[in-house]
Amino acid sequence: MTHLTLTHFLAVGALLFALGLVTVATRRNAVAVLMGVELILNGANVNLVAFNRYSDPSGGVSGQVFALFVIVLAAAEAAVGLAIVLAIFQSFRSIDVRTADTMRE
Amino acid sequence: MTRNSPRLGLALLLAVLVAGFLAYFGSEVLPAWIPSGDRAPPRLADYLFYAVAALTVAGAAGVALSRNILWSAIGLLMALLGTGAIYVFLSADFLAVTQLLVYIGGVLVLILFAVMLTNRIGDVDVSNRSFGLLGGLALFAAVAPLLLFVAALTPWRSHPAGSLSPTTAAIGDEFLSRWLLPFEVASVVLLATLIGAVVMARKELKPEEPRETP
Repeated sequence: MTHLTLTHFLAVGALLFALGLVTVATRRNAVAVLMGVELILNGANVNLVAFNRYSDPSGGVSGQVFALFVIVLAAAEAAVGLAIVLAIFQSFRSIDVRTADTMRE
Repeated sequence: MTRNSPRLGLALLLAVLVAGFLAYFGSEVLPAWIPSGDRAPPRLADYLFYAVAALTVAGAAGVALSRNILWSAIGLLMALLGTGAIYVFLSADFLAVTQLLVYIGGVLVLILFAVMLTNRIGDVDVSNRSFGLLGGLALFAAVAPLLLFVAALTPWRSHPAGSLSPTTAAIGDEFLSRWLLPFEVASVVLLATLIGAVVMARKELKPEEPRETP
């Protein structure tokens, strides 16, 4: 009888999601906001892989494939998001998310 | 560093509290709720899992609470490493290596580059102010217990997991048969991201450059 159950992994994913949500909501630094988004995506990935392992009796890997797609999109999101942050820094000389409130200079 | 030490101590204290809460939740509360057959003594893998989960959650708490953005990046490193180790517990070896390569080798380095490019190191301690610790704590108290109770109290129809086995070959088969179209679309997305990121990051880099032709 195994000791680790699905709930253990879901708890870790839930805590990652909650802390990422707090990071996104409370930070002014745009780079820190992107870090929170990465935490949220990691929490979701933990859930996907855990459900794949514990609720598929035939041993399929669809959840892992989905998590790989999430990782790909997270990398793309990080690249584009950080490029936007650099562009905002060039325009506003700050990456405080409260200063970047206009669409043009 | 001396100005940051009380704040850092508070962050570490909160991280320890969260980790202790997780350990208590996993060891005391869950066995009462989950009808888990026999109560065999815990194995080494269980202790390893608790250590890794505590590392992950402590890193995430560091991201959420640290005032210095560089400490936030270190916390993100811990959280991503711990998540990769959790993938190993879930028999997802290829995913763990991908996490190591893409997240830690790519995304984290990119984030560190952005931190270095956009922050003057002198005022790094005021570069990461938060909207308010109280609001963040309220949000955490609203979200985390809800998700944890859902995870703990729902009668998941879970099957006993088999032994750990490599999944790389199965993932390759799935990618090239069932998920072929999303796989190809993902490559197009990556190409578009590459071009888009270069265009966006380069456009404003030299705003004072005299343009020769309209």
